[in-house]
Amino acid sequence: MVNMNPEKCPMPSQDPMVRNKNFGEVALGYTLEMAVEEAQRCLNCKHKPCIDGCPVLIDIPAFIAEVAMGDIRKAYEILSQQTSLPAICGRVCPQETQCEGKCVRGIKGESVAIGRLERFVADWYRENCAEKPQPTAQNGKKVAVIGAGPTGLTCAGELAKKGYDVTIYEALHTAGGVLVYGIPEFRLPKDIVKYEIDNLKALGVKIETNMVIGKVLTIDELFDMGYGAVYIGSGAGLPKFMGIPGESLKGVYSANEYLTRVNLMKAYLPTSKTPIRKSHNVAVVGGGNVAMDAARSAKRLGAENVYIVYRRGMQELPARLEEIEHAQEEGIIFKLLTNPVEVIGDENGEVKAIRCVEMMLGEPDSSGRRRPVVKPDSEFVIDIDTMIMSIGTSPNPLISSTTEGLETDKWGCIVTNGEDGLTTRNAVYAGGDAVTGAATVILAMGAGKQAAAAIDKMLSEK
Amino acid sequence: MYKILQKQFLNPTVCKMVIDAPLIAKKAQPGQFVIVRALADSERIPLTISDFNRDSGTVTIIFQLVGEGTMELSTLCEGTEICDFVGPLGKPSQLDGLKKVAVIGGGVGCAIAYPVAKKLKESGCCVHSVTGFRNKDLVILENEFMAASDKLVVMTDDGSYGEKGLVTAALEALINEGNQYDEVIAIGPLVMMKFVCKVTEKYGIKTTVSMNPVMIDGTGMCGGCRLTVGGKTQFACVDGPDFDGHKVDFDEAISRSSMYREFENCRREAACNLLSKEAE
Repeated sequence: MVNMNPEKCPMPSQDPMVRNKNFGEVALGYTLEMAVEEAQRCLNCKHKPCIDGCPVLIDIPAFIAEVAMGDIRKAYEILSQQTSLPAICGRVCPQETQCEGKCVRGIKGESVAIGRLERFVADWYRENCAEKPQPTAQNGKKVAVIGAGPTGLTCAGELAKKGYDVTIYEALHTAGGVLVYGIPEFRLPKDIVKYEIDNLKALGVKIETNMVIGKVLTIDELFDMGYGAVYIGSGAGLPKFMGIPGESLKGVYSANEYLTRVNLMKAYLPTSKTPIRKSHNVAVVGGGNVAMDAARSAKRLGAENVYIVYRRGMQELPARLEEIEHAQEEGIIFKLLTNPVEVIGDENGEVKAIRCVEMMLGEPDSSGRRRPVVKPDSEFVIDIDTMIMSIGTSPNPLISSTTEGLETDKWGCIVTNGEDGLTTRNAVYAGGDAVTGAATVILAMGAGKQAAAAIDKMLSEK
Repeated sequence: MYKILQKQFLNPTVCKMVIDAPLIAKKAQPGQFVIVRALADSERIPLTISDFNRDSGTVTIIFQLVGEGTMELSTLCEGTEICDFVGPLGKPSQLDGLKKVAVIGGGVGCAIAYPVAKKLKESGCCVHSVTGFRNKDLVILENEFMAASDKLVVMTDDGSYGEKGLVTAALEALINEGNQYDEVIAIGPLVMMKFVCKVTEKYGIKTTVSMNPVMIDGTGMCGGCRLTVGGKTQFACVDGPDFDGHKVDFDEAISRSSMYREFENCRREAACNLLSKEAE
């Protein structure tokens, strides 16, 4: 009874010209009928290639089979065995390079919409089932987790399910990490993040906000407090700038700052006490998911022209395909093969334009991507009043600089053994962006899960 | 939560609070700061730690009512709790080995300069303090500075208290009297710090300033607090807030500090209108 439609069941979403003026969620989610129809496209292959593409190894064909039969509760139970944040993964994972990229249906048509189905199951469960997870009987062992972002939340959830007494220390006033300060409401509603965090609390995980580890407490002090292991999931860190003239002009933001103002501090609401610039013409430099989030936020805040300025081409944009498509639909202007060389200010120190050069793609570099080179005599100027730098981050030094014996690499990322996140310090594990540099939510979750298994093994053998 | 144990207005626009925050009190050092959010919907604001007591577990903040965040904070009463209080952030001031130092405080910056003077004095350093205010009514922490200094000069712009003139004049006079300082530490408005640095540059005296730019998280994530120091981008929250004053690009910092002035003025006006309506 396989549905042989070569295309995915389309996702209902807000009209682009309506949604680019509000912060409501873009994609509205499948109905039960749509979900069942889409689930029936799954061939339930014997070799299950999709699972190989999933960093947290969800039994994808099994949960989809339950959806196809209409047993959504059962589908949720299968999802929960491997992921503690399904409503979030369904929305923000780059499925096209993971599970859906391996789907057999993708060879002669579109892959099964695994991400949309995951989201549907998680949303259905949240809306229809009131029961909260129950705490596991405690084993008397304590673990400290630093950072309440995707990797820390995952690690904490896994350990709590095994009976550990877990406390998460979060630097900001709200738990969620990049899920609350970075990813905008229109892509990931904060109520969903809160629901998932409340579930973790129901499992017995304690969350202490306003705790900057490395400052108020050191890792050594955490061990003195009786924690048997520490997991560092402190996230990305300091924003990078290009080092071109004019980056300190008024109106130049890092994407981190812009998005933190908009998301965490709710600057998009008229009642917010945190200011954000009223922009007309905005240039966002960079081509990742964060750049798309910043550009689409600026558009929603009322900017008339929002440019993505990226030095490589369309094929090389690192953002999720869906984010690029959504941005284009919403009227974001892509200035590709373009690189800023100077930010130009007015007499009051405000940004008024950027001087750019055109680029061409040369030979592939060490990363395998074709290296952009400057096209001679190609300078031109774009008039803007706001510039948002979204070219990555470098690791935060607060923990590594206060923990003796914790090695970092030449970029400042925490060194681990790779497999289970063990650092160069006994019983100290790390994962997520603090180890890899800026990456994705799901990779961070995968690292948290692996580290939780390693911590469990280490503490069980003690 | 963080209970307000004591609250006192030092002058009409400067408020002092002693906060119950034992973990922060245990680690705090002069020069460090906290991020404060008065209410659940308030802005996050950085405030430098003015004093701390490890035994009683308290941290003292002294702040000027400049924007909505500080105004909201100032309306909280003794015995109530502050929503968020995070710290100690930033690097502590480097005071080791100093034998003779001039500490310059301007306005509410004196609240930050005071713990520095106090720690220097405790470590046996000779401390000459110069504090400056617009007028007599705004003078704060005079007794505290007196106790923490071998010499104290209070300056007012209009001469209504102490000596008339700017702190730079007093500093230059002290230098000309033959005082040889290992270092000058200047904390106050950006313009004051800029001109103190101009004076000390002339005499070749190492000068440290404490920068207090716009900040959100205060932990090295947002990059809003960036400054140009010696031609390089530095983040006040993790690289500072203390910097070599002769290397700071003050003109840029002064320009950046006005980024949200219009927004702040609107919010303040709205808040005042609301208050006057309530008064009616």
